[in-house]
Amino acid sequence: MLKQAIMNGLNTLVLAAASDGGLGGAIKDLLNRASVPQIFVPLMAIGLIVALLTYRVWTKPKIAGLLGLGFIGFYLWSATDENFFKIIVKPDNVPITIMLTAMAIVTWVAFRQAAINDRRIERGEPLIESGADDKVLVWPDLVYTEMICLVLCTIALVVWAILLKAPLEPAANPTNIPNPSKAPWYFLGLQELLVYFDPWIAGVLLPGFIILGLVALPYIDKNPRGNGYYTFSQRKMVIWVFMFGWIILWVALIVLGTFLRGPNWNIFGPYETWDAHRPAALLNVNVSDLFWVVLPEKTGLWNPGLPKEPMWGLPTWLVREGPGLMVLGAYFFILPVVLAKSVCAKLYKDLGLIRYAVFWLLMSWMILVPIKMVLRWLFNLKYFVAITEYFFNI
Amino acid sequence: MSVFGNIGNYIRESQIWGSVFRHGIPRDRRTRAMAVLSNVFLHLHPVAVRKSGIRLSFTWCMGGLTFFLFLAETITGVLLMFYYRPVVEYAYNDIIQLRAHVTLGLLREIHRWGAHAMVIAIWLHMLRVFLTGSYKPPREFNWGVGVILLKLTLLLSFTGYLLPWDQLAIWAITVGSNMARATPVLGHEGPGAAAMMIGDVPLIHAGSDARFLLLAGTSVGPGALLRFYVLHCIFIPLVVLVLIAVHFWRIRKDGGISGPL
Ligand code: HEM
Repeated sequence: MLKQAIMNGLNTLVLAAASDGGLGGAIKDLLNRASVPQIFVPLMAIGLIVALLTYRVWTKPKIAGLLGLGFIGFYLWSATDENFFKIIVKPDNVPITIMLTAMAIVTWVAFRQAAINDRRIERGEPLIESGADDKVLVWPDLVYTEMICLVLCTIALVVWAILLKAPLEPAANPTNIPNPSKAPWYFLGLQELLVYFDPWIAGVLLPGFIILGLVALPYIDKNPRGNGYYTFSQRKMVIWVFMFGWIILWVALIVLGTFLRGPNWNIFGPYETWDAHRPAALLNVNVSDLFWVVLPEKTGLWNPGLPKEPMWGLPTWLVREGPGLMVLGAYFFILPVVLAKSVCAKLYKDLGLIRYAVFWLLMSWMILVPIKMVLRWLFNLKYFVAITEYFFNI
Repeated sequence: MSVFGNIGNYIRESQIWGSVFRHGIPRDRRTRAMAVLSNVFLHLHPVAVRKSGIRLSFTWCMGGLTFFLFLAETITGVLLMFYYRPVVEYAYNDIIQLRAHVTLGLLREIHRWGAHAMVIAIWLHMLRVFLTGSYKPPREFNWGVGVILLKLTLLLSFTGYLLPWDQLAIWAITVGSNMARATPVLGHEGPGAAAMMIGDVPLIHAGSDARFLLLAGTSVGPGALLRFYVLHCIFIPLVVLVLIAVHFWRIRKDGGISGPL
């Protein structure tokens, strides 16, 4: 599917470049097509993987500068498009542009120093941050820095406030539901997850696990190295996991939710007009449908049809959802054990039982998010387990 | 000596000055240390800090920026409270009046953009603490305090979002608070809620679940406005303030800004 989309895109690119829209139109068309989650999210993930693998290369000031300039140029060029412009200048969306810019800068600053430190570690030289006895007095060094920051930030905030009016829409009207209704931008990653999960997971369980996971992090990450200085090579695994969660599952989904989701929560490319009359999405299937209907239809092993009454002394829902429950059970409870005995044997030894169990509880939920996304994109999977009777759908 | 110098000396030798500042002009090591030690606010800092720790490229100044924004929000927020009444009949109009008639109507802008900026700053602060590995021992606890502060900051923003009582506000809060309806066990559409029964009487229904607790009703209405107002202006800021005090105290007790051992 991805390949087909890319081929389509390239085709249109070539065709359009030769015709009226020109190259600009063709690029916009390509990016509009790349805005659907099944392309946008994997592209982001690939981008992150490449960036982390080549962190010593792109962080070089010249290359980073070029990348930055290229991106600014692209953003400005995009802003000449009416639809794109409309989205980014929505007052409450302006902070997102600011966040993305600030994030790009600090991420560069961090990985640049990590690259330098990692080289120095290899050569056995002292780190950028070394020299622990190098103390300076708080007055004047720190206090003055703080003073200057305070003045600059006040100015920046006042200028921002003068330039951009705070939004105020018509008075609240409980009978007039806007389409789309969006949560504040910093929660839009979670709202985006509602596409894939029921509210009790997207809105309660996952945020809870994020908080729990962050609090638990210092107790699970037993690696004593990389304490108090920038490094990547000494903390590879934890940085991979954290950056995946932060960049893909949090930031990229916010961008998707704010910039690309339009009426009826449909995807609209950044250069497309929001049209409220798009057809609704396809029908989705559950694991129970796959097992009780699709599988027997294909193989003829048993009569196709969802179980309608209790069987083997088990309630209907348990029989119906048995296959899904087994899949999830294996994923949550058997997989970690298998891993502890094989690939993760060393990790298990280092962490011990309790830490390892907590680690996998958090990891399984984190990984379940992309798994479910991919299964949705490929097979229209709706639920692994759909015990709608008890609002227990995963 | 110039006239100004004389006046300056006169002031500095006066009893009033001496009673406020108990040290000389911070020109040498001793008086500079005294300047920090004898001031309750500056005393949040140690007397001396690691040179590498206060480099801009190490901390990005993001923790400090978050704190600055918190103070800016407190000040503008108090001023806004003079003009705003958390009652459905008045709230929206008060905002319009504020914009049209109040000198320095810019307050609302500063307050709103400051709130967004604070969310961004706290995220980046956390990112830098993570990437420098500063959550590792002995700073595990302070990292935990930070995570709670992060959650509270988001809640502050979220509760404030409702107060203008415009379309943006109520629907954003409706989307957000609808999640509470699905809280496992405690939300009336959450898994496990059906099991909470006394005989035939369900304990958890639309009028008694987690969302009801949050909104004082089954939808975003007058009760929700008042609740969010109180949470936004009093309860959460107080908790945040206390936790920031703990946070800063622990930074010192954990050995100052982290650095390689
Ligand atoms: C209201 C929110 C917060 C305020 C005002 C605040 C303020 C600060 C300040 C001023 C520092 C000194 C160093 C720096 O500027 O980086 C600091 C350090 C620290 N912060 Fe925060 N912070 C907040 C939230 C957080 C959060 C969300 C986390 C993590 C989840 C966190 C974890 C830490 C840790 C572990 C340190 C010690 C770092 C070190 O020693 O290098 N803080 N904080």
